Amino acid sequence: MGAVYIMWIRQLKRYFRSKSRIAGSLGQPLLFMVAFGFGLGPIFQQAGQGNYIEFLVPGVIAMTLLFTSISSGIEIIWDRQFGFLKETLVAPVSRLSIMVGRTLGGATLAVMQGIFVMLLSLIIGFKIMNAGTILLGLVFMILISITFTALGTAIASRMQDFHGFQLILNFLVMPLFFLSGAMFPVKGLPGVFNIVVKLDPLSYGVDGLRGALTGTYAFSLGLDLTVLILIATILTVIGSIMFSKIEV
Amino acid sequence: MSNTVINKSIKDSIEVPIKDNVENSITVEHLIKKFGDITAVNDISFNVKKGEVFAFLGPNGAGKTTTIKILTTLMDQTSGRVTLNGIDPKINKDGVREGFGIVFQDPSLDEELTAYENMHFHGVLYNIKKDLMKSRIEELLQFVELWDRKDHIVKTFSGGMRRRLEIARGLLHHPKILFLDEPTTGLDPQTRNHIWSYIVKLSQDENITVFFTTHYIEEAEKIAERVAIIDHGKLLTVETPKVIMKNTKTKNLEDAFIKLTGNNLRDEDIGTSEQMRNRMRMRRP
Repeated sequence: MGAVYIMWIRQLKRYFRSKSRIAGSLGQPLLFMVAFGFGLGPIFQQAGQGNYIEFLVPGVIAMTLLFTSISSGIEIIWDRQFGFLKETLVAPVSRLSIMVGRTLGGATLAVMQGIFVMLLSLIIGFKIMNAGTILLGLVFMILISITFTALGTAIASRMQDFHGFQLILNFLVMPLFFLSGAMFPVKGLPGVFNIVVKLDPLSYGVDGLRGALTGTYAFSLGLDLTVLILIATILTVIGSIMFSKIEV
Repeated sequence: MSNTVINKSIKDSIEVPIKDNVENSITVEHLIKKFGDITAVNDISFNVKKGEVFAFLGPNGAGKTTTIKILTTLMDQTSGRVTLNGIDPKINKDGVREGFGIVFQDPSLDEELTAYENMHFHGVLYNIKKDLMKSRIEELLQFVELWDRKDHIVKTFSGGMRRRLEIARGLLHHPKILFLDEPTTGLDPQTRNHIWSYIVKLSQDENITVFFTTHYIEEAEKIAERVAIIDHGKLLTVETPKVIMKNTKTKNLEDAFIKLTGNNLRDEDIGTSEQMRNRMRMRRP
């Protein structure tokens, strides 16, 4: 238990000490909300889809969660590089508790970022339809964060250095985001594209979050929750197995 | 009278099987480690006595780091048996882990945390009781003369300060064995001197077994009670420096080392993490 706690608190400490990281991680979501929100808003409205800011903000929050949690998972490579990983691996604690502490730490940071972005969005005009379901929104934020921190951990456990990082960004993180329905409605999409979007686990996170915050689901609350809980569990198990196999 | 005799014989019969564990901190029997076709460690056997300062020397790629990784539970052997404090890491990894401290060849501190936080992190991982934690951390940071810098972020520390902090950290959980993998590489003579004086003091005051590697052979000659020399995965000798010099008819241990291991240069492939560090170093302004 002590190991889980100390891994968790370590990530929080590191995060709050790096001011540039906090600022940098809020800049991109803000840009997305402003540029796309105000840029595409009029067209969205003309197409009869309603207020685009309302639609977009949950997507941008999901994006923040995705980016932060995957990069938290990938931080293992840094620890490997700077040797700190060895310090944790020779300690008399199970690798599972180290992995769980890391995942909770990464997920906590991601959820905090998500909340920051949500607060920012209120400034540019986002209205939370149903204040009572904020808690449900929080549940989705936590699920999304755990899912992708575990995914990052699993990937990083197999990587020796940062060479593959760009590859992961371009061929995993970006597709996960752009194909998730964060930016566009998932109803009435053409054939194959429709299937691809429905295979993207983040689609269910985005939909759940959007439903919780604005009241409109494209799938359904039950489906979103089921898919996310399932995927979060599977990825956590895979991440733990991968992490337990690390050799330094 | 007869009573004492019986007692003695009982004691003997108990002591004989565990004698090995009582007197030896580390035992290595027919240890072999293969990576595919390459045999990194090729059937080595030796013991390190309790409280001994033991140097493990060899050219690059001789099998030193592989042996240390096996002893410290970071790697499993292909065959053979090792014990630390009488415990076999194959059977009880955590039991072994509680009994040793290690200073790795590469730095292993969290640079974003303070010296105190690095110590505290270690203390929690090793389950040190809360009420003992503070005093133990203070004691050790005083010992390596870093107490006044305890709240500074490690990023701001010099190489020598980091090494001292790593030594203090490695001792925090009262280990019976301290592993030091090239602890003085890249440090100036003053710092090296300091570090060895800490270590000698430790082995004298607390009877800690010290197992170290170094490329500065004169350090081993000065500090080690016994020296093992390994090359191409084979153990060439395990003796006191004096005996090694006598056997090789050389004046100092470095000459003996060269005589035993030959003059050829050793080119070792470096690991990917070291490659990465090199790149990062070059990139830094």
